Amino acid sequence: MKDIYTGKFVRLSAFDPEEMSKAWSRWYRNSEYVRLLNSSARPMLSPKAELKWMEEEVSEMTPGGYFFAIRTLADDTLIGELVLDVVDWGGRDAFVGLSIGETEYWNKGYGTDVMNILLRFAFAEVNLKRVSLGVFEYNPRAIRSYEKAGFRHEGRLRHLLRREGRRWDNLYMGILREEWLELDHD
Amino acid sequence: MLDIQTQLFDSQDIRLGPIDHEKDAEIESKWTHDSEFMRLMDTNPARPLSAAMIRKQYEKLEKKVEEDKNLFHFMIRLQADERLIGKAAIQWIEWSNGNGFLRLGIGSAEDRRKGYGTQALQMLLRFAFAELNLFRVSAIVPEYNEGAIALLHRFGFVQEVCRRSALERDGRRWDLYVFGLLRDEWQNGARAEEER
Amino acid sequence: MKDLFRGELVRLTLVEPETGAKASLLWQRDSEFHRLLDNNPARSNSEKKIKEWFEKEAESGFKPERFAFSVRTLADDRYIGFLSVWVDLIHSEAWVGLGIGVREDWSKGYGTDMMRLCQQYVFSELCLERLSLGLFEYNSRALRSYEKCGFRPEGRTRNDTLREGKRYDSLWMGILREEWLQMQDGGVK
Repeated sequence: MKDIYTGKFVRLSAFDPEEMSKAWSRWYRNSEYVRLLNSSARPMLSPKAELKWMEEEVSEMTPGGYFFAIRTLADDTLIGELVLDVVDWGGRDAFVGLSIGETEYWNKGYGTDVMNILLRFAFAEVNLKRVSLGVFEYNPRAIRSYEKAGFRHEGRLRHLLRREGRRWDNLYMGILREEWLELDHD
Repeated sequence: MLDIQTQLFDSQDIRLGPIDHEKDAEIESKWTHDSEFMRLMDTNPARPLSAAMIRKQYEKLEKKVEEDKNLFHFMIRLQADERLIGKAAIQWIEWSNGNGFLRLGIGSAEDRRKGYGTQALQMLLRFAFAELNLFRVSAIVPEYNEGAIALLHRFGFVQEVCRRSALERDGRRWDLYVFGLLRDEWQNGARAEEER
Repeated sequence: MKDLFRGELVRLTLVEPETGAKASLLWQRDSEFHRLLDNNPARSNSEKKIKEWFEKEAESGFKPERFAFSVRTLADDRYIGFLSVWVDLIHSEAWVGLGIGVREDWSKGYGTDMMRLCQQYVFSELCLERLSLGLFEYNSRALRSYEKCGFRPEGRTRNDTLREGKRYDSLWMGILREEWLQMQDGGVK
């Protein structure tokens, strides 16, 4: 049985609420991170407050929800988090959410690496038929990364977001199992 | 007379024992970060777990053992240095029918192919048949787990059921086998071992 | 679109705690009914306990892993049995268990009709890959019915049931999606 946690630069590791609540609090002090990730304003919460909701959600371990921490292969640094949420078992579709909180790791291909690991997990372990995501129009870095991973544009909710006196769209992207199989895998 | 001196839980290199709530969680957490091990051990999707989550699982497990009274769980340690190398269980016990299901895993690849699995299975079967007085022991194994299948065959387990295409992994479907060993078959096997 | 819940002789409907509990109380008096269904020791449960169990199930709400139906005759709307489906979401497989409570209703084709409805639900609505079931070797009536529905024998776990001092095997059966589809094309609906 093949390894499904490891990529080129990172690996999937346990989402430990104790550790993550502290990291989360730190990442949320960066307003750019917050705005790329959240559609509406989100307050800065203390590690203790973050810990509470994390413990509840993560401890459930249902077949439809998967939480991971992202660590570098080089030196095991915690750099971000990843969530896979099955919304529809009929269509076998799940939404993926990922973020890299440590900004030194932006623009280095880490996001694409994580997404490749995630897609393999989604299609080869959870046996899904498609993976979906939402991304903001003003996050071109993420959009490019997802396109590289094989996601196609499927639509947009126009003017869902309001920031800096402007309205922005929320983009929906998706990848089908057959499309993923056709991609070049290592 | 009852052979009370032959130890149920000690073998040449390993021993079966309880959970060490302080030390074991870290080690088990490492095993869950090895997706190859997880995919051999469990048909559910592999999930890396933190030591804290494993500790919570230990509590649930011990509660279940006490309340349901149809489960016996063991940790496997090396005699030499007490190092945790695996875990085992007899579960889903039906007392009125004399059945139980076997689970056994050696967590780290370096600890496999050393005979520990064989010693553990030997002790587990003796526990199941001679102490729990079960009539049959079953095991469920996916067709891709050749190591487990070979081990079960060595102990005389019979492959009784082939659940066709019951599992999906790595983009294809796999069969799931159910193996069974009856008490007389175990006794004959054990006698053969002694005579050797 | 076909009516998924309506067969030739029976229909699938929702589980009602009150009706279900009263019926279960009656059915459990027939030990043959229990022994065909379950290899755990037969029990005498109070109506109160049974009703609590039904209500707890109802309260837990929708779970994608579980589908429970009551079964009523089309002819006279009588509540005659139950159909339970457990889904392994990851591997797209379901397990089915069914029971007809009163012996006068046995051997009337109700079970086969129920199973056909179940297969249709599992394969064309839940879109699963496999449907599995188990039965005891002494339940020849069920075996005939399941064979008629296209289930293939996949083996027997030897001597896993001890009753009246004798040991019996459990039979394991399964039908794959392709096999069910082939039956649809070739067979009469």
